[in-house]
Amino acid sequence: MELVLSLGIGVFAASGIWLMLRPRTFQVVLGISLLSYAVNLFIFAMGRLTVGAPPVLGAAAEVVSVDDPVPQALVLTALVIGFALTALFLVVLLAARGVTGSDHVDGREPHQAEPRPETPHP
Amino acid sequence: MPPQLLLATAALLPFLGSAAVICLPGHARNAAALLAGLVMVAALACIGLLYPAVAGADSIAWSLDWLPSLGVQIVLRLDGLSWLFAVLVLGIGALVVLYARYYMAAEDPVPRLFCYLLAFVGAMLGIVLSGNLIQLVVFWELTSIVSFLLIGYWSDNASARDGARMALTITAAGGLCLFVGMVLIGQIVGSYDLSVVLASGDAIRSSPLYLPALVLVLAGALTKSAQFPFHIWLPRAMAAPTPISAYLHSATMVKAGIFLMIRFWPVLAGTESWYWIVGTAGMVTMLVGAWSAIFQHDLKGLLAYSTISHLGLITLLLGLDSPLAVVAAIFHTVNHATFKASLFMAAGIIDHETGTRDMRRLSGLWRAMPYTATLAMVAAAAMAGVPLLNGFLSKEMFLAEAVDNAGDHLLNLALPVLATLASAFTMLYSVRFIRQTFFGPAPHDLPHAPHEPVRWMRIPIEFLVFVCIAIGLVPNLTIGPVLAEAVRAVLGARTPDYDLAIWHGFNAPLALSVVALLGGVALYVAFGRRINANPRGGPWLMDRLDGGRLFERAMTGLVTGARGLEEHLGSERLQVQLRILFLTVLLAAVMAGAARGLDLFAPGKSTDFDPAFALMWLVGAACAVGAAERAKYHRLSATIFVGGAGLVSCLTFLWLSAPDLAVTQILVEIVTTVLLLLGLRWLPKRDAAIPAPASEAARARRRRIIDLGIAGFAGLGLAGLAYAVMTRPAVDGIARWFVEEAYPKAGGRNVVNVLLVDFRAFDTLGEICVLGIVGLTVFALLRRFRPASDSLERPRQQVSHDAYDATRAGRSPGDTAADALLVPRVVMTWLFPFIVLLALHLFLRGHDLPGGGFAGGIALTIAFMLQYMAQGAEWVEARLRIQPIAWIGIGLLIAVLAGAGSWLFGRPFLTASFAYWEPPLLGKVPVASALLFDLGIMVLVVGASALMLVALAHQSLRRTRSAEAEAERVAEGETA
Repeated sequence: MELVLSLGIGVFAASGIWLMLRPRTFQVVLGISLLSYAVNLFIFAMGRLTVGAPPVLGAAAEVVSVDDPVPQALVLTALVIGFALTALFLVVLLAARGVTGSDHVDGREPHQAEPRPETPHP
Repeated sequence: MPPQLLLATAALLPFLGSAAVICLPGHARNAAALLAGLVMVAALACIGLLYPAVAGADSIAWSLDWLPSLGVQIVLRLDGLSWLFAVLVLGIGALVVLYARYYMAAEDPVPRLFCYLLAFVGAMLGIVLSGNLIQLVVFWELTSIVSFLLIGYWSDNASARDGARMALTITAAGGLCLFVGMVLIGQIVGSYDLSVVLASGDAIRSSPLYLPALVLVLAGALTKSAQFPFHIWLPRAMAAPTPISAYLHSATMVKAGIFLMIRFWPVLAGTESWYWIVGTAGMVTMLVGAWSAIFQHDLKGLLAYSTISHLGLITLLLGLDSPLAVVAAIFHTVNHATFKASLFMAAGIIDHETGTRDMRRLSGLWRAMPYTATLAMVAAAAMAGVPLLNGFLSKEMFLAEAVDNAGDHLLNLALPVLATLASAFTMLYSVRFIRQTFFGPAPHDLPHAPHEPVRWMRIPIEFLVFVCIAIGLVPNLTIGPVLAEAVRAVLGARTPDYDLAIWHGFNAPLALSVVALLGGVALYVAFGRRINANPRGGPWLMDRLDGGRLFERAMTGLVTGARGLEEHLGSERLQVQLRILFLTVLLAAVMAGAARGLDLFAPGKSTDFDPAFALMWLVGAACAVGAAERAKYHRLSATIFVGGAGLVSCLTFLWLSAPDLAVTQILVEIVTTVLLLLGLRWLPKRDAAIPAPASEAARARRRRIIDLGIAGFAGLGLAGLAYAVMTRPAVDGIARWFVEEAYPKAGGRNVVNVLLVDFRAFDTLGEICVLGIVGLTVFALLRRFRPASDSLERPRQQVSHDAYDATRAGRSPGDTAADALLVPRVVMTWLFPFIVLLALHLFLRGHDLPGGGFAGGIALTIAFMLQYMAQGAEWVEARLRIQPIAWIGIGLLIAVLAGAGSWLFGRPFLTASFAYWEPPLLGKVPVASALLFDLGIMVLVVGASALMLVALAHQSLRRTRSAEAEAERVAEGETA
């Protein structure tokens, strides 16, 4: 299990980093998503793997061996913040594309010398 | 009042006054001056009352712990020396306030001036009263900053701005050196307390750190006191209003450097390095300043260079290794402050009443303003060292020291000659100042007709000139006791015998003095006309060496150099930056791993292998690689692949005992995908068929290979790291405590949720704030959204549907679109109440079972979103007004109030409590105040995520509306 999960994390991270290094903004958005999956799984895995023992106490609230709740709490908020990050980046890229006319991460096509001057908003 | 309290009051009053003055309206000249004057007088009274406590005693101190962990205290310490300087600062400060009231024009923002002035007084008092080295540096830098504000007071004047910047650059750089120097001294001594440091002279001088500490401390002192070659800022600081020049740049601030050298004289002086650095700097400054002063045509310029020269004289005295020279230095500091401040004020009056400070235009003012002329002449005579005035006494002491020290060093041999030469120069420019300004033919074509100033403006000068004469005539009755206290505070047991008498008999100093006075007059007679006609205004021999221009050139070079470096070493391109970032992280990781000898495959525990899990991850890995491959030309399928990868990670959470994460992940996955799909519409078409330029192909290939290497290596590293950690036994961390205490302390069985809303609720509060801010940012960005021109056309499907509708009878455009997927849409519409129910269920059970505010909030968002997808934004908004911004606000308010509620019970913020409640039908349920906090989370999550989605979805509508508006305008144009 450990081997499978760690390889999976590696593949997610590699795909994400590859995409983040691409020139088009949409690729970068997807790259950030993939990388954040990898990072979330990595943080989660720091609590070690447990099968079938969620950190939810039984009816009598007796303490039994359960999975580590701390990484889970960290990842839970990271998931929501990750959504916010994706949304923000997507909107920034859309706005940049509207302003510069290009979806390149630098706001201009590689063969263009200077970014297109911004025209005043109508 | 006890002495300590008086001391603290005096130190604090100027700052309080400064804050009060700035609150006055901009035209309140009288009120501001009155308040500032009262503060000065009150603080002066406090210091004055402390004289008996200081006289004959060691020092008094008042302290307060500031950074106890670093051993840094705020200590106010008053002894004879600081008493003398404090009186100088406050006494001349009070006179300057009175003078400034009449000098400043009614249209100037006068309260601002007094605000800065009082802040400066506070900072200056802070320096002289500091009993702690770090505290001293803080106030030192504060004087640099306030001086910057004061020089640039007339900020619409370019030379004021330049002068302010140069002064700040030089003095603040010196201040930083001083800071390091003080830290070094603190390291040597083992304490930052001034009294301890002053008692550790031998330890400091014998330390290997002595030389660096000395150089750094002197860098601070010499820049502040405008010593060569740092003196260039002082003449340019004359762009400040004249009262400020009189106060900061002759009487007080430049004396801070002198004060520092006197203060640390007992511990730093007495070595060869001190002698050479301080002595040479003082000597060169004295000569260069006096020489330059001779050739100035501007009154204030002359006084500025004269100040530099006198500061050089004092520094030179301190450089000589002789206690008597220290006495002379302290004495001359006081004398210089009195006569130079009065001369500046006189120059200000001349400028104020005639409109010019150019000595070539001024002449014969004696007739128009005899009273001011007399005062200025007395002050100038004191400056030149004419007998019966205070300047004579300290200059005699200086010449006596110059003669006595001759012998052992080369510098000492030249000393009597050079000292006499400098005195002669002083006489020369003093005579020139008086002769050019007040005598000669009546002035013509001056900007204003000259006349005496208002009575009140002369009072400060009268007082200062009176002091000059009083000290000059009866030194032992006036300055004597105070000077003795100051000297004793510095020298202690080494205090020499000295005599302040006017007449010491016929001796060498007197002869030199006479030579200097007569020589100065003779030089003026011989060269006066040529000096006055000197066209460039720069000093002979030195006019090619303009320090200011060199400084400007150095600054320009610095900026150009920095830009060049940025151009060559930096990049504006994101890809390059990210590549560097990833490579750096990789390198750091490899280095850390190599240093610690990380063994990735140490045998450890592992859970049983499950083929289904492996199969699932095979799919997951394929999805990730597929997304990476498709993202450029096939965005929709790439989005689906990313969704697949997310699903696998969700299933992994479920598999590995994290149901909370699985629930949240799947919900977040849904909204993220919808969001991406909404964004696709606005992206440009990208076609693989369009070839890249041939020149780019090779470079692109190389880049891809490098990127693939980085990505592969990073992925491998992360995988290895994850594997290494996972196979090692878990550390017994904080988890156990949380698990054990979740129910007894917080009444919840779902430990993850308890962590979020109770144990670590403050973190969660921060995170929901971030979420709200991001939501608002997205909204704000989209309000100004302007799509690119090529995404403005209607989607192809819509066009073809409408075309089809238009050709059929009985159908109107839009019908086909409205009919599409009718059954699923009806189902989606009816799902609304059920999803709302699910959301509430997730929320309510969150404390005990997987769920909670985050999951509930996103589920509720999905409920709204499905309605938008099924029926379109217009249909939904006609029936249901969601106001996401209000949701964000209310959510945050609920969360904060839930946290603040614990204050009512005297508990800290966000302390949760719980109880059991038995509603009918449901049985006993625990009710925790954390539930209310969780409600806040849910409401905010709904607001933020709905705001993002709705704002993005609305863009399509907006475009249509603007197209409709365009169509209407065209139609109107046609009818007209």
